Amino acid sequence: MNKELKRISIVVLAMFVALFVSTTLIQVITADSLRADGRNSRTLYASYSAERGPILVDGQPIAVSVPTDDEYKFQRTYPNALLYAPVTGYFTLNQGNTGIEGALNDYLSGTSNSQFLDTINAILTGQNPKGASVELTIDPVVQQAAWDAMGDLQGAVIAINPKTGEILAMVSKPTFDPNTLAVHDTDAVIAQYEALLDDPAGPLFNRTLAGALNPPGSTFKLVVASAALESGQFQPASEFPNPAQLTLPQSDNVITNSGGDVCGGTATVSIATALSLSCNIPFAELGQALGPQVIREQATKFGFNESIDVPLESTASVYPRALDEPQTMLSAFGQSSVRASPLQMAMVSMAIANGGSLMKPNLVENIMTSDLRVLQQFEAEQFSQAISAETAAAISQMMVQSVANGAASNARIDGVDVAGKTGTAENGEGDPYTLWFTGFAPANDPQVAVAVVIENGGGQGQSGSGNEIAAPIAKRVLEAVLFG
Amino acid sequence: MTDSPSADARATFTSTIRLKLRQPARLRNLELLLVIFAIAIVLGAVALVQLGATGAIDASVLALVAGLGVLILGMHVTMRIVAPDADPLILPIITVLNGLGIAMIYRIDLADGASGWEAGGIRQIVWTAIAIVIAIGVLIVVRNHRVLQKYRFIAMFSGILLLLLPMLPLIGTEKNGARLWIEIGPFSFQPGELGKVALAIFFAGYLVTARDSLSMVGRKFLGMQLPRARDLGPILVVFAASMLVLVVQRDLGTALLYFGLFLVMLYVATGRSSWIILGLALFGTGAFVASRVLSYVGGRVDAWLDPFNPDNYEAIGGSYQLVQGLFGLANGGLIGTGLGRGRPDITPLAESDYIISALGEELGLVGLFAILGLYLLFVARGFRIGFAGQDDFGRLLGVGLAFVIALQVFVVIGGVTRVIPLTGLTTPFLAAGGSSLVANWIIAALLLRLSDSVRTQPLLVIESDGEPARLVVGQQ
Repeated sequence: MNKELKRISIVVLAMFVALFVSTTLIQVITADSLRADGRNSRTLYASYSAERGPILVDGQPIAVSVPTDDEYKFQRTYPNALLYAPVTGYFTLNQGNTGIEGALNDYLSGTSNSQFLDTINAILTGQNPKGASVELTIDPVVQQAAWDAMGDLQGAVIAINPKTGEILAMVSKPTFDPNTLAVHDTDAVIAQYEALLDDPAGPLFNRTLAGALNPPGSTFKLVVASAALESGQFQPASEFPNPAQLTLPQSDNVITNSGGDVCGGTATVSIATALSLSCNIPFAELGQALGPQVIREQATKFGFNESIDVPLESTASVYPRALDEPQTMLSAFGQSSVRASPLQMAMVSMAIANGGSLMKPNLVENIMTSDLRVLQQFEAEQFSQAISAETAAAISQMMVQSVANGAASNARIDGVDVAGKTGTAENGEGDPYTLWFTGFAPANDPQVAVAVVIENGGGQGQSGSGNEIAAPIAKRVLEAVLFG
Repeated sequence: MTDSPSADARATFTSTIRLKLRQPARLRNLELLLVIFAIAIVLGAVALVQLGATGAIDASVLALVAGLGVLILGMHVTMRIVAPDADPLILPIITVLNGLGIAMIYRIDLADGASGWEAGGIRQIVWTAIAIVIAIGVLIVVRNHRVLQKYRFIAMFSGILLLLLPMLPLIGTEKNGARLWIEIGPFSFQPGELGKVALAIFFAGYLVTARDSLSMVGRKFLGMQLPRARDLGPILVVFAASMLVLVVQRDLGTALLYFGLFLVMLYVATGRSSWIILGLALFGTGAFVASRVLSYVGGRVDAWLDPFNPDNYEAIGGSYQLVQGLFGLANGGLIGTGLGRGRPDITPLAESDYIISALGEELGLVGLFAILGLYLLFVARGFRIGFAGQDDFGRLLGVGLAFVIALQVFVVIGGVTRVIPLTGLTTPFLAAGGSSLVANWIIAALLLRLSDSVRTQPLLVIESDGEPARLVVGQQ
């Protein structure tokens, strides 16, 4: 009987060993992937129960957790909700997180790897673990100016310091109130979320860098002009035929300049003049001469065809591959299937403003633990050398001319050289235009680059223009940076 | 008690003869020390649950738990009188396990906002009190375990009756898809829990008398000694009953428990591995057929193999609960969230089937290892009776009862941690449920009774001038 008992004892021991192994596998070896599973609501509750760090602008919270009596222990609130919604994003129980709330969730909730020791320390000392605070690069004065300047128009404004890449303003309209999504009533959140999703105006999009991107229109001429000068084949003074109409090769499509006349009234026109007056036909000819490959390479150096995390994830702006000749000619003034975000067009201006050196745009100044230890400090970082300093100077000069004497006159500021380029992009037969402005100021020592997009024709269908509607908004943003 | 015969005896011997009375009191003193330690652990756990979950101490619940501590001490005192040589570890072990279970069930109550008789923790405290009183009763009534052997066929009939009781109309009820309960008025009871005790008694009694014919007689087939048909009878009856449980009561775990118990006792009694092979083949075939024919068994297997598959996760009766339990365990990690600080209430049935995932979440892997270690120690104390006991009935019964606990722990925790498909069994001593508590405390009382008869030393040694003239009194 003892022999059998010994064998059974071994079997029982093996059963227990199996349990020791299985619990170890679950609780230690695979625990991280189980915690990361999207269906794991405990991770969510945990991110609520720890005091989530605030998001700060100039030291003032724009998202902050306040204690509550319910099971989530803290309620996320947004003091200046509408103004900063595209930046903060939302923080919901069950619909995910967006904006900084989503992109820096690990830091805000205190679960990032660099906060691991702090968490252990908090547990051992009996304190409640707290998330890190995130200070943004946003300048509240500029942000408010951009918000006010846009009025009720649909679109976006982004302003960036071209020397460092610090984002000074990020406004998108229409917007939403993230407080309504932060409530702890799941049904109410879902109802509100679906209402926002169903809204045809798309209030949940941060139009500065995502959503349905627009054709950049004439602002894209900055990229084509850069490609032309960088190629070495052309100078600012290179002349192109300047007819009132041009029939695209291999088709019956006729392109015209804005207004339908001969642009500037001369038989030929230089690249410099064509840019400042925003002539379409000379640029179509230039695009034809350069070819799509050259334009695409230049666009890529400016950041096209790449998603950039600022750390909000941006939708990549597009200069497509394999364009045929008529498409290439249309793309040279930002039509065809070229698409760009305001962030992208601001980056084009940034590179031109900063002697061709494009700095990486960034929204985060620093990330600090609750005991004021710096986890991450913003450092300026070059994205690319998009163009040479000479090209940058030449294009800059053309943009100054465009504002001073050309098509972007509404961005003029007394006593300051403003460099700018407007765009009025077509979206299809009968559809309202998309109105653009991008530029920087002061031209000799740029403090800020800006891009403005106004969708839906600014409410004026096909009768508005970039200069009429977008340029004045940009002007007020530039003034806010320069004069406070 | 032990001192008075010593004083009497001393007077009758000359001074050159020293009389040494063995002092079982030392075992009981050790037990007392451990029991006090165990009660302290339990009170600490309940207090931590209150602090962790609500931030304040609720003295009324602590007082109830302290009342259980008094009952445990009462059981300890009872053993000093009626079972002085009993194993000193069993009572402290089950005190900690039962107490941790109460703490965790109470913790889930706090999360759910339950109170009064609606609160599982309060019910569990009351049932624990009842179970302890019954265990004390068993210790007092069953003074000699061999009496039980006489009642083996009564045990068999009552065992099978208890097993089949939930299938009766009117009183049998179905919960969570398994028909394991009977309901009479406001009381619901799981008779199968008591059935396992009765069947263990029957198996031990039957096998001690029948094992010679089972192991000696029979034909050889494929190198295995096959038993005679008439010896096979009771085995087939038990197999049929297990399968009936599986099919009608929809409970793979209970069927596995009964059948596993019988196979192991059969093997230990007869030493024939052919029984194990035959039995496993029978059960394996039955389980395989069941997994193909019965959708609920097949669903459990699918959920076990691929729980994270969205199809299984979202299916009714699918892997949702299993996955939530795994999330809970992962949330606990190595050191746990701390009592009252996790979210065990997210997992459905966290107070019963999934209490181990709740404990794993709040106590961490460290806590689970401690709990598994306690179970292992408990089972080892039972097996010790099998190794060291003086009579075969007692040895067999000790092994059987200990193995029931081991198998149940393996089936439940193995189910929660994906070692095997999930089945509906209660975690002994931990999980909410009165019938299970009563049955397991009876098992503990029987093991204590059995261990009391395991003598490693003679009761009384008389030494004459240092030369041991071994007069042994009271050897059984």
